[in-house]
Amino acid sequence: MPKKVETIVLHDSSTPVIGDMEKGGNVVVTSLEYLLAQARANSLWPLTFGLACCAIEMMSTVASRFDLARFGSEAFRATPRQADVMIIAGRLSKKMAPVLRQIYDQMPEPKWVISMGACASSGGVYNNYAIVQGADQVVPVDVYVPGCPPSPDALIYGILKLQEKVKRHKATTFGELRLAEAFNPRGLEEVDV
Amino acid sequence: MGLNKEVIKPILAGFGITARRLKHKKVTVSYPEQLREQYPRTRWRHFLARYENGLEKCIGCSLCAGACPARCIYVEAAENTDEARFSPGERYATRYEINMIRCIFCGYCQEACPTGAIVLRKNFELADYKRESFVYTKEMLLEKYPGESDEPYVGRYQKKDKKEPAGSTKP
Repeated sequence: MPKKVETIVLHDSSTPVIGDMEKGGNVVVTSLEYLLAQARANSLWPLTFGLACCAIEMMSTVASRFDLARFGSEAFRATPRQADVMIIAGRLSKKMAPVLRQIYDQMPEPKWVISMGACASSGGVYNNYAIVQGADQVVPVDVYVPGCPPSPDALIYGILKLQEKVKRHKATTFGELRLAEAFNPRGLEEVDV
Repeated sequence: MGLNKEVIKPILAGFGITARRLKHKKVTVSYPEQLREQYPRTRWRHFLARYENGLEKCIGCSLCAGACPARCIYVEAAENTDEARFSPGERYATRYEINMIRCIFCGYCQEACPTGAIVLRKNFELADYKRESFVYTKEMLLEKYPGESDEPYVGRYQKKDKKEPAGSTKP
């Protein structure tokens, strides 16, 4: 366990080590934060939000060939109350968008979103009146996974990227972070993490 | 009698199936450490090719952009001059951008290309944190393929130095 005791430093992207605390936090709870981040990162329970063909790949990610259980994400939940990460798999229609937002709001903090596939991330080929051009117009997306649909290994790569992100965060102030993000659904750019 | 027939025998039969399954080969691909074999025609990340003398194959004709069903390719062409020569033909692409997040990896651009400049390779690890980082510029696309043509692709988590891809952003 790293024993980093330092004052709060600004985000420096050149230093992070996977699983390491990127910046010094509160001196008292630093180790607790590290532990919490590890625990959160290694048990990301996804919420099934299969909207289209990407959901088939999402299902096969959990099946024995790729076995998402190796990363602690095997428990796909159908209820938002028990989920940590929402995998938006498929094109998001404008009729579905309020439902997606409501389900996102029902998820307990801390929560993350993976936008899986071209359609969920940007609209893909469906550049028309019915499809939301990017799920990040509705919910803050943490990881975008391109592909049409992304193969299971590409999705697993996205989940690994999310784990890196979760491990890098200061766990104790995540709620505050999300509150700031709620007014800025485009993501974390403006929020100093 | 009843206990033996209704409890013990089914349990043994059930464990028998488990025992027989133990002999089977494992199907799980332990992905980040080990990559499954990609199919020969797998289409993932785009690369712009060069000729052996270093000139770009792309001539900026925008046929790829025309063939793209998702309209994710943007090409801006300019004339070659003798002082600044980028491609063997008359024209070359000054800007060549692909929006990877909109691309559906159908490979129509590869089919439409008259010079074989754009190639879709097996580099599937493209996920990232920010939308902006998905617009791949010409410089990024002209990178050499990590495993040159027939070599197998090496995953990003398999490398010793966990080097981030070009244009990647930290959260």
